Amino acid sequence: MTRWVMIADLRRCVGCQTCTAACKHTNATPPEVQWRRVLDMEVGVYPEVKRVFVPVGCMHCADPPCMHVCPSTATRQRADGIVTIDYDLCIGCGYCAVACPYQARYKVDKPSYAYGGPPMENEAQTFDWKRIGVATKCTFCSDRVDAGLAQGKKPGVDPEATPACVNSCIAGALHFGDKEDPQSNVSRLLEENEHFRMHEELGTDPGFYYLWDKAAKEGYERGRSGL
Amino acid sequence: MSYGPRPWRQLHWDTRAALNFIFGGTGGGFILFAAFVPLSPRLAQTALLLGLALVAAGLTCVWMEIGRKLRAVHVFFNPFTSWMTRESFVALALFASGFASLWTGGPRLAALTAAIAVGFIYCQGRILRASKGIPAWREPTITWLIFWTAIAEGAGLFLVFAALAGSGTPALAAGTLALAVVARGVAWSVYRGRVSGDLAPKARAALEPAGKQLYQLGAIVPLALLLTGGAIDAFSSGAAVLAGFAALAAGWRFKFVLVVRASFNQGFALPHVPVRGGK
Repeated sequence: MTRWVMIADLRRCVGCQTCTAACKHTNATPPEVQWRRVLDMEVGVYPEVKRVFVPVGCMHCADPPCMHVCPSTATRQRADGIVTIDYDLCIGCGYCAVACPYQARYKVDKPSYAYGGPPMENEAQTFDWKRIGVATKCTFCSDRVDAGLAQGKKPGVDPEATPACVNSCIAGALHFGDKEDPQSNVSRLLEENEHFRMHEELGTDPGFYYLWDKAAKEGYERGRSGL
Repeated sequence: MSYGPRPWRQLHWDTRAALNFIFGGTGGGFILFAAFVPLSPRLAQTALLLGLALVAAGLTCVWMEIGRKLRAVHVFFNPFTSWMTRESFVALALFASGFASLWTGGPRLAALTAAIAVGFIYCQGRILRASKGIPAWREPTITWLIFWTAIAEGAGLFLVFAALAGSGTPALAAGTLALAVVARGVAWSVYRGRVSGDLAPKARAALEPAGKQLYQLGAIVPLALLLTGGAIDAFSSGAAVLAGFAALAAGWRFKFVLVVRASFNQGFALPHVPVRGGK
């Protein structure tokens, strides 16, 4: 089995928003819709204050509340864990949006363009009526993943099979790969580093991990030796 | 635990969604009394029709909110896990049974319609409970709070209806209203105790006054009026009407606040902050 997951190394992210821009460019999302966002968070209490940049978006939960509540079966989950939306089935009721604990879903009821007026040439080319009045969200660039796999590429390693946000990351903070493969990049990173997932207490089993520190030495050495 | 950006109010469900809970709940509760309170056949039919109209109005409001209105039939596609789908099926059954009852005038069908109406109210509570993104909604006891407020609203409206129709103060509706407003107050108390710690300050600030009104305007006032009306015959009908309005107003305000004003998400949380640099 395959379970695609994404990792954000919070020690590396510099909040440049290149992933956000790459996602918007790749997926042609309208203004105010950011399937990949980077939060600029200030945490702690003076004088122990830190600034942390936190990439967020659809967590592709293993137990996605958005899918369970969806009345139209538009939201589904693939065998590889990617949560999808069928724009032809979605009725745009917004139930998935209020069920998502990560505010990852968007609904745009009318076309909107970057400069307010008529669309620019690239916007006109990429505009899709199917996305109006329905829920949209990050797809983990499933089309890229599928196309890459069809060409024998490895998602998370070969750029052709890897989500745009991961490809674009200037700091090497974002990673993508198969968590079920013990030799994969993401499995090694999770082995070698301390990590958490957002709102784990809700039981959604998110597929998005955050690295925050090196693992204890034993775990790190075990990861390095591939055991 | 460090917290990220402050929670903000969701904007996906607005007043139109709130009206589904308001009209649907009141209509469902009202149908219960239309079925079981002894009335003249014509009046019973009018009451049932009014209850169905309220439920239909609520569903119409939510239909106005969806992005793809012509695909509304897709709402029936997921009865396995979606409470919205289940509510839709129950609504279909409610209208089928309700109109059959209107057609035949049979008490069994009226009772069946009432049972389905109770199911409809329960579905509404479960819809909110399944919304994991909104702390004020996902608390499990919300189901019973929504349930009891619908019964109280239905009883309240029925007292008003009966008085306007010249049927006096039906004891069953008055007694159930007294029971329901107390049950609603208890449900609010339990819910409040469990949800309070999870709420964003703004959500709590919005919810608290509406919850307090469930006690004051929604329970104490109706109970006092019903007791007064019971003691003074001349005031009986007027007191029942006022008690009904009070129970109704408190419930409607609470639901509006719950769905529209207190629907803050929980924002983002970092259980650990990144450790940068060498150890």
